[in-house]
Amino acid sequence: MLAFVLRRLAQSIFVMLAVSLIAFSLFRFVGDPIAQMVGQETSIEDQENIRERLGLNDPLTTQYVRFVSNLSQAEFGYSYRTRQPVSEMILSRLPATLELGAISLVISLIVGIPAGIYTALKRGFLSNALLVATLVGISIPTFVIGIFLIYLFGVSLGWLPTFGRGQTVALGWWQTNFLTVSGWKALILPGVTLGVYQLTLTMRLVRAEMQEVLKTDYIKFATARGINYRSLYLNHAFRNTLVPVVTIIGLQLGGIIAFSIVTESVFQWPGMGLLFLESIRYVDIPVMSVYLVLIALMFVVINLVVDLLYFAIDPRVRLRGSHD
Amino acid sequence: MTQLLAISNLSVKFPTRFGVFDALEGVSLDVNAGEIHGLVGESGAGKSTVGSAVMGLLQSPGYVASGEIRFTGRNLVGLDSDDYHRLRGDRISMIFQDPQTSLNPLLTIATQMIETIRQHRKVDVHTARQQAINLLKETGLNDVDTRIDDYPHQFSGGMRQRVVIALALCTEPDLIIADEPTTALDVSVQKQILDLIRTLCTARNIGIILITHDIGVINEITDRVTVLRAGRVVESGTTEAVLGSPAEPYTKALMAAVPRLDKRLERFKNIIDDEPTELDDTHWKVEGASAGYATDWLLTNNERAHTSDALPSVSERPAILSIQDLEVTFGASGLGWFNRSHGVKALSGVSLQVMPGEVLGIVGESGSGKSTLAKAIVGLVNPSAGRMTFRDSELPPGRQRTRAHPSRREIQMVFQDPYSSLNNRKTVEHIISEPIQFYGLTDNESQTRKLVASVLELVGMPQRAMVKYPHQFSGGQRQRVAVARALVARPEFLICDEPTSALDVSIQAQILNLLKDLQQTFGLSILFISHNLAVIRQMADRVVVLQNGQLVETAGTESFFNSPQESYSQLLLRETPSLTF
Repeated sequence: MLAFVLRRLAQSIFVMLAVSLIAFSLFRFVGDPIAQMVGQETSIEDQENIRERLGLNDPLTTQYVRFVSNLSQAEFGYSYRTRQPVSEMILSRLPATLELGAISLVISLIVGIPAGIYTALKRGFLSNALLVATLVGISIPTFVIGIFLIYLFGVSLGWLPTFGRGQTVALGWWQTNFLTVSGWKALILPGVTLGVYQLTLTMRLVRAEMQEVLKTDYIKFATARGINYRSLYLNHAFRNTLVPVVTIIGLQLGGIIAFSIVTESVFQWPGMGLLFLESIRYVDIPVMSVYLVLIALMFVVINLVVDLLYFAIDPRVRLRGSHD
Repeated sequence: MTQLLAISNLSVKFPTRFGVFDALEGVSLDVNAGEIHGLVGESGAGKSTVGSAVMGLLQSPGYVASGEIRFTGRNLVGLDSDDYHRLRGDRISMIFQDPQTSLNPLLTIATQMIETIRQHRKVDVHTARQQAINLLKETGLNDVDTRIDDYPHQFSGGMRQRVVIALALCTEPDLIIADEPTTALDVSVQKQILDLIRTLCTARNIGIILITHDIGVINEITDRVTVLRAGRVVESGTTEAVLGSPAEPYTKALMAAVPRLDKRLERFKNIIDDEPTELDDTHWKVEGASAGYATDWLLTNNERAHTSDALPSVSERPAILSIQDLEVTFGASGLGWFNRSHGVKALSGVSLQVMPGEVLGIVGESGSGKSTLAKAIVGLVNPSAGRMTFRDSELPPGRQRTRAHPSRREIQMVFQDPYSSLNNRKTVEHIISEPIQFYGLTDNESQTRKLVASVLELVGMPQRAMVKYPHQFSGGQRQRVAVARALVARPEFLICDEPTSALDVSIQAQILNLLKDLQQTFGLSILFISHNLAVIRQMADRVVVLQNGQLVETAGTESFFNSPQESYSQLLLRETPSLTF
């Protein structure tokens, strides 16, 4: 198991180096960084001075090594747009996105898994209704769902806020929504919007996997031994669907966090997606390249966690791992 | 003897889109305590449906249309589903065919057994665990105290089947339905499991319904037998009476189709005909196509046909294929830095020769490397050492063999499972004409078409089959198509990898007859792989025994079966169930 983790960490380092190379080339080759930093009236000598001072005249390899070593020490440089340190900007936005992602994941799991199991086991009106309703959910683009929810709950009924995070409480540098009523209220609409797609996917995946597992001999054998249906479905059958389900949910979670851009901009949610969108608009390359690296890091971490979950779920993986 | 189960006039129907299918019609049988009642029949006979009906687990939308299933006097038909579920495991239990798939892979043996015991008996975990240990000991598992906490995949097939039996016995049921309990096992293990079932049946006074397609197994273990065909009872009675002097022609034919271990027959006689189907439209013909045309075409342009008459007897000719010290290692990848592993030797130091026009039988249990040998010869796996010589020139191994290499055409293969070896999205015409086109064997389209129709007739299929898709055929017909596909490439050398083990005995007899005929007509050299010694005896001129990737014995068929030299060969022969009537 330790060998496995070490092997995966080594692979992760390669992935991160590759992504940082892309981020670096973005930084270095998409336009001239100096031209974007200074105004038109800055003299050529001053521009050259800045260039020399920032080390942009050094050989590319030196610059890349410096870029990577800065990144690894969490020194992300300064934003062109706001002149603030990028790390501060990211840290102030990160909690909003993570909390939104977590809420939508929870929504999709607590609704999607039971609904998936139910539709796999039972046929009838409710099953069909669930399948059709979630089909609608997956076919309509996220922003349309978002605008519809805003119209219904925010404008017509006036129950929930339509934008922003509401009141937040600071826990150190982490601004959290979870401790105030208005924070919770603000989370609902964007959380549901982001969760619907994920929910449909989870439900359909659980349903398909359950149907497969229910056909297997070990479920038939357990039925023939008179194991009660509750244990049969939840302990014997559902557990066997977990490996593929965890894989897809892990990848989806990464996707939610990385690409919540649309939802964040519909709800003006002050998260990383919105920050990324603003950075693109102003060609704020330091922020963009750091964002790229962080998202890659997040995917790598999620994948590692998913792999470790395999160990917890499946004894075959666990025992094979211990022979290494 | 007390009567446990009495099934009378049971009919089971399956409504389908094309009308109602009668899975069982008026089936009656009874089982006493301490008795093994065999249910034998070919696929589609309704054997397993009897089992499911007794368990109350008929696959939806199937239902019991009429009749009674009386279990210790109580009629189970129409029983409330909750009551039925309490009965399952408690009074009636089941053993499934494949121990690889019938245990939950994520739970330990202990968890599965304790849960089953506690489902039906009010005992604490500790007592249940002790009971589980005793049961596992009774079924002959070794080191029970430590192994009970292992997961199913840590056991071998035979051991796993013992665990399955222990699980079925957990709550001391009165009746056990064993659905093909040894079909997925090797012969040496099969014998042990059958002995175990017999012992438990007698010691615990359990009634057992043993469902199987294998008459050898029926003969070996059952007290009484019921022969089923197409959902109806053909014949029933004591095993001795039914198998010793069968009254019905179907039973006779079924027994005649079983390959005999004790002597070699020229052909299988008394073949059961397929049920007539709409496909048997013999009027549909491609112009000029006939079996004779295919025979002529396969024999002309073929140096073997011209020269073989002039050659001396088999032993004096040079071998068509000779293999020296072949070794195949799997999983020895040294690519990653962390996962350098030594791999598993699937074959080591195997040397053999195949003479022209000879059928060489390869026999061995699962994992012995039979299929790996076939794959190495056709170039699907890369040997790690050794040489292969085919028709006096060296065969390039694995990936180094180019697609244009002549041996690609000259060596053809027939696979085990005709359901997965034919592409379901192509017509039979497309499937068979593909090798013709690939090797450029005909001059034009119309000749190709004529040839496809002729070859189909040669392998005993109606010409009309060419416009159909594989899913429209039965397993035996598909295997004929697979043989036709191998044949049109005009091979010198044919590899048959378990060509009949997915088929019913009557179909197996047909396919074996076909292969014998083709071999004699075209003088093919065949490498015939099978786990079934009786089949090998019928087909092979010489026999090679493999065990764990190593060659154990090579001998002429008759001398091998009359006096096997190695102890492993003797063991295999002894444990193979056979018909000795």
